[in-house]
Amino acid sequence: MNKILIENLSLQYADGAESLRGISMGIRQNAVTVLFGPAGGGKSTLLRCLNRLNDLTDIKTSSGQILIDGENILDPKTDVIALRRKVGMVFARPVPLPLSIRENITYGLELAGEKRRAVLDEAVERSLKLAAIWDEVKDRLDDPAIALSGGQQQRVCLARVLALQPEIVLLDEPTSGLDPISTGKVEAALQELKKNYTIVLVPHSVQQAARTADYAAFFLQGELIEYDDGAKMFTTPKEKKTEDYVMGRFG
Amino acid sequence: MFKLLARNRHTVQRIGYSLITLVAVMTVLPIVGVIVFIIYQGGSAISLEFLTGFPYDGMRSGGILPAIVGTLYLTIGTAVFSVPLGIAAAIYLSEYATDNQWTRLIRLAIINLAGIPSVVYGLFGLGLFVLFLQFGTSILAASLTLSIMTLPVIISTAEESLRSVPQSFRTVSISLGATRWQTIRRIVLKEALPGILTGVILGLERAAGETAPILFTGAAFFLPRLPGSPFDATMALPYHLFVISTQVPEMPIQIQYGTALVLLAFVLTMNVIATVIRSRARAKRQW
Repeated sequence: MNKILIENLSLQYADGAESLRGISMGIRQNAVTVLFGPAGGGKSTLLRCLNRLNDLTDIKTSSGQILIDGENILDPKTDVIALRRKVGMVFARPVPLPLSIRENITYGLELAGEKRRAVLDEAVERSLKLAAIWDEVKDRLDDPAIALSGGQQQRVCLARVLALQPEIVLLDEPTSGLDPISTGKVEAALQELKKNYTIVLVPHSVQQAARTADYAAFFLQGELIEYDDGAKMFTTPKEKKTEDYVMGRFG
Repeated sequence: MFKLLARNRHTVQRIGYSLITLVAVMTVLPIVGVIVFIIYQGGSAISLEFLTGFPYDGMRSGGILPAIVGTLYLTIGTAVFSVPLGIAAAIYLSEYATDNQWTRLIRLAIINLAGIPSVVYGLFGLGLFVLFLQFGTSILAASLTLSIMTLPVIISTAEESLRSVPQSFRTVSISLGATRWQTIRRIVLKEALPGILTGVILGLERAAGETAPILFTGAAFFLPRLPGSPFDATMALPYHLFVISTQVPEMPIQIQYGTALVLLAFVLTMNVIATVIRSRARAKRQW
């Protein structure tokens, strides 16, 4: 079942940089959909459209629509605050807010008006466990989050998103700065998470795309070249360009 | 050949370092000189009576309490107006304003405001606050005048420290469902606060030491009592110093230097507080 339906989405930044041209695709519920391709292909741009984070950027033109659960989120009347709680995002570089580990997790909930200590504590434990970091930080929840290692920080950032109980989780090269062990932990967490969430991942390598993808979409210079099952995409791609990229002939 | 060159380079380096050290010492010397000289000349005047008493005998004897209290009032008054306004303006410029002709005009105005001679502020304050708004020669009028003078300092340092908070904090906060204002209040302001405070203190410190802006707007030559309301005129340390140095014949010199010492201590204390806040924050900062 499609959780997200992107219809003929085009976008151009005011400075003329990276843009999207006529993207149409559906993103399935409870699966990991991978958006991959060389830099400047529009993957991150597309990701940032899905939670309207692009509102912060100077955009020249955009057209088309994105339906989440049947509602066009690009509509100006959309409640973007509610949208961003429903569609969480993990960034390439872990950015712990300058708060304690616990406060990082409860930040979004407190903004949403949650004050009950028990609810917040429960959310902290639940989301840190989901992000496979609970055992490492449970005894120092009040330490500043910045004191953690990069890999731990990134999982705290994932937990921070999960604490809001989103329906969709966007990850923009979440493991690009991490060591292989931390990367493995994040990837394992994703496989666990997809049971309950819709995951859209921009991987930091083709290998990671192949390891994690249920579905994979290949982006090149703002266009969607090919979109298929992950298993097919990385063994028998249909398009020559996809094959060249997957085989490492360019990129 | 190589050895010779190498030795030569070292010599050049050493001469360079020596010159730079010399210049550095030269910049510090006058400051140290002023402080030492004023303490030497005025230290003997400092006593409990001098700090807590009223002047008498045509200000040639007694204390300078009204001037100390007056400067304190003026500094507080200036803070009341300039701090909220300055920080609000900085937040607008740093967080909300887009780069267009309107905001460029605002910035230009702020820069120019900083360059206006202080006596011009005094005349402006006289025209606007004292005469047109009929506040009279008062603490209120003087504080408002000093506020206008202090605003550019506060706005530009506050904007600078707001801008130095990493953009990624804002993006992350927004992505977690925060509004722009929640992001500013909970994250950006909190991180920028030490820098903002430093700017505020430095701005107020300048206001505390100024004579010209209060000359026509709030300073009194001599008052036998402490000001009782914001609409009273007041004595103030810098103006008092000016008066006893130029307007009163046969003024004992140690009272002049004693007054200067108190003013210097007042201003330097604020400076030290600003420095402490800044270095503490820098040590604590996590990015």
